[in-house]
Amino acid sequence: MADPDQSLLVMEGIRKAFPGVQALDDVSLDLRSGEILCLVGENGAGKSTLMKVLTGVDQPDAGRILLNGKEIHAKSPQHAQTLGISTVYQEINLCPNLSVAENILLGREPHKLGRVDWARMNALADQTLQRFLGIDIDVARSLGSYSVAIQQMVAIARALYITSAKILILDEPTSSLDAKETEQLFKVMTKLKNEGVGIIFITHFISQVFEISDRITVLRNGRLVGTFGTASISRVDLISKMIGRALAEFDEMTRIKLESGQHIKSEAFLQARQLGLTGAVQPFDLDLHAGEVVGLAGLLGSGRTETAGILFGVEKPDTGTLRINGKEVHDYSPLNSIKRGLALCPEDRKAAGIVDDLTVRENIILAIQANKGWFKYLSLQEQYELADAYINLLSIATPSPDQPVKNLSGGNQQKVILARWLATNPRVLILDEPTRGIDVGTKAEIQKLVLSLAEEGRACMFISSELEEVLRTSHRVVVLREREKVAEFAGEVDEKTIIHVIAGGEA
Amino acid sequence: MKRPPRKSFTWKSITESRLFLPLLALSLILLFDFIFIPGFFSIENREGNLYGSLIDILRNGSTVMLLAIGMTLVIATGGVDLSVGAVMAIAASTAGILMNPSALWNEVFFVTDPTFTFQPLWIVIGVALFVSLLCGLWNGMLVGYMRIQPMVATLILMISGRGIAQLITNGLRVQITYKPYMILGQGWIILPFSLYIVAVVFTFTWLMTRKTAIGMFIESVGINLRSSFYSGIDEKKIKLIVYTFCGVCAGIAGLVASSNIRTSDSNNIGLTTELDAILAVVIGGTSMAGGRFSLLASMVGALVLQAITQSMYAIGVPAFALQAIKAVVVVLVILLYSEQSRSFIRRFSAPKTEAKP
Repeated sequence: MADPDQSLLVMEGIRKAFPGVQALDDVSLDLRSGEILCLVGENGAGKSTLMKVLTGVDQPDAGRILLNGKEIHAKSPQHAQTLGISTVYQEINLCPNLSVAENILLGREPHKLGRVDWARMNALADQTLQRFLGIDIDVARSLGSYSVAIQQMVAIARALYITSAKILILDEPTSSLDAKETEQLFKVMTKLKNEGVGIIFITHFISQVFEISDRITVLRNGRLVGTFGTASISRVDLISKMIGRALAEFDEMTRIKLESGQHIKSEAFLQARQLGLTGAVQPFDLDLHAGEVVGLAGLLGSGRTETAGILFGVEKPDTGTLRINGKEVHDYSPLNSIKRGLALCPEDRKAAGIVDDLTVRENIILAIQANKGWFKYLSLQEQYELADAYINLLSIATPSPDQPVKNLSGGNQQKVILARWLATNPRVLILDEPTRGIDVGTKAEIQKLVLSLAEEGRACMFISSELEEVLRTSHRVVVLREREKVAEFAGEVDEKTIIHVIAGGEA
Repeated sequence: MKRPPRKSFTWKSITESRLFLPLLALSLILLFDFIFIPGFFSIENREGNLYGSLIDILRNGSTVMLLAIGMTLVIATGGVDLSVGAVMAIAASTAGILMNPSALWNEVFFVTDPTFTFQPLWIVIGVALFVSLLCGLWNGMLVGYMRIQPMVATLILMISGRGIAQLITNGLRVQITYKPYMILGQGWIILPFSLYIVAVVFTFTWLMTRKTAIGMFIESVGINLRSSFYSGIDEKKIKLIVYTFCGVCAGIAGLVASSNIRTSDSNNIGLTTELDAILAVVIGGTSMAGGRFSLLASMVGALVLQAITQSMYAIGVPAFALQAIKAVVVVLVILLYSEQSRSFIRRFSAPKTEAKP
């Protein structure tokens, strides 16, 4: 393993459990000064928990952290900062209405005669920006007037100024940046690296990993898969290491899939042509046939959720056409989509799925009631019948239909949302990460349910970060990479081919 | 088919009920009155009509009760309507000018004929309510479709509304003498007539929110706007309707208030009542963040406020000190709602509920 004399930072045998989950299981990591280490892994792999342990947000259950060979115990992010470990988060937590200089020196303003010495403050900020980052901007202007990339760099400057940090953690800083801004950020990162700062860079963009990093540490399901030199690993290898390949029972699923595959209608129920939205997804073509499950594969941030959102009318596309059941769509909105027979189980269960104070029954009838309108209120008896039917069908564990849905576990909440959409009897069902945070048994149940829904003649779109799951349930797989549809596979296709495409190779 | 589980009548089911705390607050105040104010509970029967302090609480509380009905729905969507007091004034001015339009020609003459009105009563009430509906619609447009923060959006009408009311009456106070209009605020059919108005509006609202899906949609929008949008609920329309309805409620309250004081005094009608209405809803247990609401609990909340005022008058607190004393009592009531005292009540009720697993 890593030689502690050479390493700036060593994390060894870190364990951390949260109620019900082993978030980190014997994870180790080392960082040298003057290098950029990429930390990659799918959602829930434990990347952020590992960084939280490092920066003192969470305390590890076991393991030790060495900084320059000395053991440290960061008690809080502030404490970690004084030790020389600074973090820049994805959402910039600075004050946009203050000036750049104020943001950098907030809490450490230079004083003269008991008042803030503005001239010196601006000079200091200017120096910091130029010396560390090599950028020259007017520091007296408000932060909000600059682009996100500049704001990001001001955040870095602040981190560097406060502590003259030895270690800089960048948690998905590029997710809201465009290509040019990213390039700018990378220049800064390279400059810092050359000055001896150790950088831990977390990103979901594989191409950026290869562009900027020296070494890559891969986590999966809270375990360390390994650390690899960037030059010595191929994209395909990296992604298969991130996703992992659990060879599960294909048997029954494959059989159902093959059988249901024969009933796919030739005519497309939903037909998208060059449909796109600037900043969300590049224009794409997509057909959904009745009786078919179409999988949407791609890494997080590749535009999967945005694609689903546009099809369902959450956001209006700015190019292209969408035809549903032969009719062109002009009035994009969720309600109109429901009326056309679409349903979308959103990815973010908490924010866009459940209505937590309402009961299980009310959550289940919400969409069907919205479709029926205000005055055709389902009678209580009908409501209980519907709720009971779906509680049984999906075996939702709840003491009663009158339980507020917030008291249910995550998996059961997910089933409640699924029930809400099944109740509307949709022709097209779009499932965005329906199995996230759900135990293995329930996952298989949901996958089977999706296939049986297709068998009933519905079109399903199945979005998941787990490639294996997408392959197992889908008749056809569409691959997205960096907000663009890059390939489409019909029939049997093996995982390697898709990983290859996700990684940026040719189909 | 499962029936909704019958709620067993346990101590816990009582303390967990939404009505428990408002009713507790109300009974504590009435208990105070019972002990310290002799004759507070006596009710007189004059020619078949009932009079007394308790009746006064109901009668004087009716404007705030009317406002609280609309306000409950607005707050349930996660908003607030600060303009209801001003809308009351607008409705009162509209009604006043339609009965006695002399102010428009700058003729200050006092109509003393109790049978004189410029327009028939149904037009007076109809137009006044239509104007308050427009006021509510304006708020609803700003909040729902323009996405302006409710407090800011309704502040506009709160400030400008009294000016509009003055414009309507040409800057004068219009005396109201028309007898049939007086019934709204001063009539008496066994109980004060205004109580019947409250009862009708309450029943209508209760039916609309609990016997149609609107109530659930309002709560859903208040709890989670995005989930509601994804589920196909037109949250803009819900907000528009709720603010419009709140405007109409304010209009009705304005008519009752102006009938009560026999004038359309645009500077004083409904002054600061928006705060009473909000407070009534809060005492009724609806969260200012939106979500679950109970109309009945808001009504009790309005009565709590009025009972405080009435008790203060009865024990001889001078009018100028009233607000200060009221504030103290309101603080005590809100403290009763705090998590600390709730958990105290829960602990108090715990042994009895543990017996049943």
